[in-house]
Amino acid sequence: MRTGRQRRRVRHGSTALLVPLFAAVLCASVVGATFIGTAAIGPLDVLGVVLRRLGAGSLAPVPPAPPLIEALVWESRLPRVLLAAVVGLGLSVSGAVLQSVTRNPLAEPYLLGVSSGASAGAVGVMVLGLGAGAVTLSTGAFVGALVAFGLVLALIGGGKVSNPARVVLTGVLVSQFFSAITSLVLMLDGDADATRAFTYWLLGSLGGARWEPLAVAAALIVLGAACCLLFAPALDAFTFGWDTAASLGIDVTRARVVLMALAALMTAAAVAASGAIGFIGLLVPHVVRLLAGGSHRSLLPLCGLGGAIFLVWVDAFARSAFAPHEVPVGVITALLGAPAFAVVLRKAARR
Amino acid sequence: MTSLSARDITWTAGRAPILDGVDLDARPGEVLGLLGPNGAGKTSLLRILAGLRRPGRGRVLLDGTPIGQLRRREVARRLAIVEQSPEAHTDVSVHDVVSLGRTPHRGTFSALGAEDQAAVTDALAATGLTGWEDRLWSTLSGGEQQRAQLARALAQQPEVIVLDEPTNHLDVRYQLELLALLRGSGLTVVTALHDLNLAARFCDQLVVLQQGRVAAAGSPADVVTDALVRQVYAVEAVVDLSPHTGSPAVTFLGPAHRP
Repeated sequence: MRTGRQRRRVRHGSTALLVPLFAAVLCASVVGATFIGTAAIGPLDVLGVVLRRLGAGSLAPVPPAPPLIEALVWESRLPRVLLAAVVGLGLSVSGAVLQSVTRNPLAEPYLLGVSSGASAGAVGVMVLGLGAGAVTLSTGAFVGALVAFGLVLALIGGGKVSNPARVVLTGVLVSQFFSAITSLVLMLDGDADATRAFTYWLLGSLGGARWEPLAVAAALIVLGAACCLLFAPALDAFTFGWDTAASLGIDVTRARVVLMALAALMTAAAVAASGAIGFIGLLVPHVVRLLAGGSHRSLLPLCGLGGAIFLVWVDAFARSAFAPHEVPVGVITALLGAPAFAVVLRKAARR
Repeated sequence: MTSLSARDITWTAGRAPILDGVDLDARPGEVLGLLGPNGAGKTSLLRILAGLRRPGRGRVLLDGTPIGQLRRREVARRLAIVEQSPEAHTDVSVHDVVSLGRTPHRGTFSALGAEDQAAVTDALAATGLTGWEDRLWSTLSGGEQQRAQLARALAQQPEVIVLDEPTNHLDVRYQLELLALLRGSGLTVVTALHDLNLAARFCDQLVVLQQGRVAAAGSPADVVTDALVRQVYAVEAVVDLSPHTGSPAVTFLGPAHRP
C-alpha cells in the first residue's frame, strides 16, 4: 500500500508535464512514421518537403528531394500519417467521454455498434446506390454510424443504464442487426469484387488517405474534442452518478446530450475516413488513466495525444512489418485490444 | 446562516404516492434528524430538499427563496448532499473525490487554487482522512467511502448539508464523531438516521415520516416516546431520559403486534 501511495504522489506532480511531453512525442512520431516505408526516405527529407510545401523552403535542412519522393511524402505518406493521428485522437477521446457519460468502463464506439452501422451505410451507397451517386461512401458510412450509435444510446436510455453487461449486450445486438443487413445486401446484390473490397474497407485502413477528406475529418474531430474539453468538470462529476453531479452544480441532462452527440460525431467522422478501427477507444483511455489519474482536465488531452501517437505507430507497423503485404490497421488494434478488453471486463465484473 | 424549509411536498413515483404534504423547517445552524421506517420516503424527501427532484406539489425554500429559482451552481455553493453509498464507475483517489467538492467554485480550466486546496485539506482533516489522499476509492471500506463522501461535501463549503443515513457503515466511534462534527460545524444539517438513540442525542429537532406523511415533529423529548415507536415502527419500547446524556434513550423490547 505504501508503494502504491508513493507512486500516485509522483503522478500528481508530473501530470502537468505529460501534456507537452505527449505533444512533443506526437510531432516526432508524425515525422518518424512518415519516412518509414518501402522507399528509403530520411527524416530530414521529410522535414524538407514539409517546410518547402509550407513556403519556408529556406529553412529546409537538405536540398530539394526528387519530385517522385516529394510526391510520395506529400501526397501519400504525410496525409496517411496525419489521418492516423486524427482518427486515433477522435476515437480515444470519444472512448474516454463515453466511458464517463455512460458511467461504464466498457463503453467504446466500436463496441457500441458504430462500425456495423457505418458498414451498413457504406454498403447502402456502394452496392444499392443510395443517394443516386451524389453521396460518397464516406458519407454513407458517416450517416450509418450516427444511426447505429443513436439507436444504441436510445436503447440504453441515453446512458441511464450503466450496468456494463446490458450496455455491451445492447451494442452486440445492434451490431448483429446491422451486420445482418450488410450481409443480406452483399448476398443479394454484390459481386465478388465488391464484397472483397468491402471486407477490406470494413477492417479499417488508412491507405486511402488524401488531403481533402483528411481536412474534413480533422476539422470535425479536433473541434469535437475541444468542445468535449469544455465539459471536463462534468465528466469528472459523473464519477458518482447523476445526482451527485447535479448537486455539484452540473446541468446533467445538457452535458450528457451534448457529450454523446460530440462522441457520435467524432466517431462517425473517424469511421467515415478510415473504416472501422476497433478497441482504441477502450485501450487508450484505460492506459492513460493508469498513468495520469482520473481528472478529465488532463485525461482528455492525454487520451487525444496518446491515441494519435498509438495509431500513427500501429499504422506504420501495419504497412511495413509484413511488406509487401499491408495488413489493415484494424486487425492490429483488435489483436492488441481484445486481450485488453478481457482484462477490463474482469476488472469491471469484480466491481 | 441559512435555513432550509419544505412546504407541502408531494411526490409520486409512477402511480405510487411517496410523499404527501410534507412540511419541514431546518433552522439555521441546527441539526434536523429525519426518522422513519424503511420506505417511509426519507431518501425521496432528501433529494427534493437538495433540489435534485422537482416535487409534484409544494416547494423547497433555501433561506426563503424557492430553490427552483436559484441557479444550479449557486445552489451547489450553498447546499451539499451526501447520498447513501454512491458507486464510482472508475477508480479515483480520495484526493480526486474530495476535490470534486470544489466543482461549483472552480472555472472550467482553472487548476485547484490555494483556497480550493485549503478547503480540501480542512475537509480531509475534519473526517480523519488526512494522509489518505492517494488511496484509491476501490480500496476503501464502506465506512471510509462514506467519510470520503462527507469530506467531498464539506469541501463544497456549503451553508446547508443534507445527508442520507451517513452513519450507516460507520463503527460506533465514527458515528459519534460524525454527529459531533455535524453539530459543531455551524452548518444547517438535515440528516436521515436510523438509530433513534443517536438521533435523540445529537439532533435539535426530529421529523418522523410514516408512509410519506409527517407522523411527528419537534424536539427529541417530544418526539421520541414509546407511543411513537409503537405507532411508527410497530415495536414495543421503553423510553426514559438517560442519566448520562440527559437525552431520551430507547430500550427496544420486541416487535409489537401489528394492529
